[in-house]
Amino acid sequence: MKGFLLSLQSEFYKSRKTLGFWASILLPFILILLVSIGFYTHVDKLSHGPGMMLWLLFSGAVLNIMGALLLPMYAIFIAYSVNSIEHKADTWKSLFSLPIAKWSVYSAKFLYAVILVFLTLLLFALFSIGFGDLLGVLKPGLKFLDYHMEWTLLQIYFKLFLSALGILSIQFLLSLLWTDFLKPMGIGFVCFIAGVISVGVNWDYAYIIPYAHPMLALKSMMGTHKRGTPPTQIVIDIFTHDVYVSLAVFAVVFVAGFFIVQKKSVK
Amino acid sequence: MVIQTEGLTFNFGSQTVVKSLSLQVPEGSIYGFLGPNGAGKTTTIKLLLNLLQSQEGNIKLFDLDFHANRQEILSQVGSLIEQPAIYGHLTGRENLQNRAILLQVSKKRVDEMLSLVRLSQAADKKTSKYSLGMKQRLGIALALLSDPKLLILDEPTNGLDPNGIIEIRELLKTLVAEHNKTVFISSHLLGEIERMATHVGIINNGELLFQGEMKDLEAISQPLVHIETTNTVDAANLLTKNNYTVIDVNDSYLSVTYQSKEKTGQINTLLNQNGYTVYSIYKVQKYLEKLFLDITQTPAK
Repeated sequence: MKGFLLSLQSEFYKSRKTLGFWASILLPFILILLVSIGFYTHVDKLSHGPGMMLWLLFSGAVLNIMGALLLPMYAIFIAYSVNSIEHKADTWKSLFSLPIAKWSVYSAKFLYAVILVFLTLLLFALFSIGFGDLLGVLKPGLKFLDYHMEWTLLQIYFKLFLSALGILSIQFLLSLLWTDFLKPMGIGFVCFIAGVISVGVNWDYAYIIPYAHPMLALKSMMGTHKRGTPPTQIVIDIFTHDVYVSLAVFAVVFVAGFFIVQKKSVK
Repeated sequence: MVIQTEGLTFNFGSQTVVKSLSLQVPEGSIYGFLGPNGAGKTTTIKLLLNLLQSQEGNIKLFDLDFHANRQEILSQVGSLIEQPAIYGHLTGRENLQNRAILLQVSKKRVDEMLSLVRLSQAADKKTSKYSLGMKQRLGIALALLSDPKLLILDEPTNGLDPNGIIEIRELLKTLVAEHNKTVFISSHLLGEIERMATHVGIINNGELLFQGEMKDLEAISQPLVHIETTNTVDAANLLTKNNYTVIDVNDSYLSVTYQSKEKTGQINTLLNQNGYTVYSIYKVQKYLEKLFLDITQTPAK
């Protein structure tokens, strides 16, 4: 356990100056900043809407980009980034000749990737709330302060986090096994396209494809109110089919990866 | 024995890279693991550290079975394999600091290591800007960080300038003599091993061809009489007729096996009496380099 915590600490220490780490913070910040600037400069068009509609518009703008495109790509990138740091420096051999159990090294790295994705999605929720409230203060015409959906946003992003774990675990293993960027990236991209198509055509079993999970997670949330009528309440169901599949894939790939690492020769 | 292997074998596909290797590395030795490129040195080292799984044979480090005592063994081993494993986006100090976190070693030790390998000045420079020699020195500092009892170094002087090589050599000698360490060092350069090793193992095509103390290796090395004379070919024939064993003849000199001082004098007299002018005549130890070539070029039996 000690070796695991030391490995985790070292993961943070060595990656804190890399793009992989900073992307986790900058991505939500920049995206939400841009949407906020859009709202700030279009106060006249938006000022007649009720607080709830504003919040839905505001967070929806970010969520749509995130769920539909960015989150799967981001998971692919993070999985690559935490492994490539070792591939590039040729440090697998020294990591695996430390007096630390192999499972500690492996699971610390795995958890670190999970933490980065979690951090990003948490920041998405927090920045959404913060920037929304800030807009409400700066431009009282925008009635952001009339409505509160902090808890809902946290739930939505938590669901997105869970739905990304399947992709993250598969990509983590691919990036661990392959040195180059193109193979895991290419496979990830193709699977993601397949996921998009399966959701697009409303395939009943789209939920078995991990790469479709973030989109499905969003889709399942959109259906909670009828089109055309203004919703009065948003209900988030976190544990849907796709989230269960995502968690199952995550668990299976994590354990499989563990056995692969035990047996794998280090070049 | 600090390292002891028995019948260690490793196949890479259908090719046997390491054949039934039985290493014996005693405590307090500098064991030179010598062999040409591609002989199986790095593979053997990776087997010793369990980075590769051996198909046959067993490995004991500090008289402990590797598989049952992996962490205990590795906590006493520092290693440098092939090119040093260094994070290019971190500075030299950060690289050591990162390893110090993993090994739970103090910051003070990091500074000591930096000054030991003379990188204090460049400690805060990104290692991607380091020269090959600096990287190699940082690699050695990383290997020494935990103050291990056994150092396994794979071609540690690669890329170092002559001064750097001498420093590393002196450092290793000091570690063994004063701190009771054991060093297992691989090289394809005999000259390097010759100057520091107490024990030597010679490997070629995955097979151990010689293992023993350095002085045993020197003992096999036969002394010669080196003669510079006119008409070397005829002189060689004359010596052969007089029951001397000629080893080598070329345009400028010939070599004969050394027997004794008196015999060397007799050779001189014989040549002079037969009208050959002897420009120089002296005893030479057959170069270990030549011996190394002889050993490694002999077809495997």
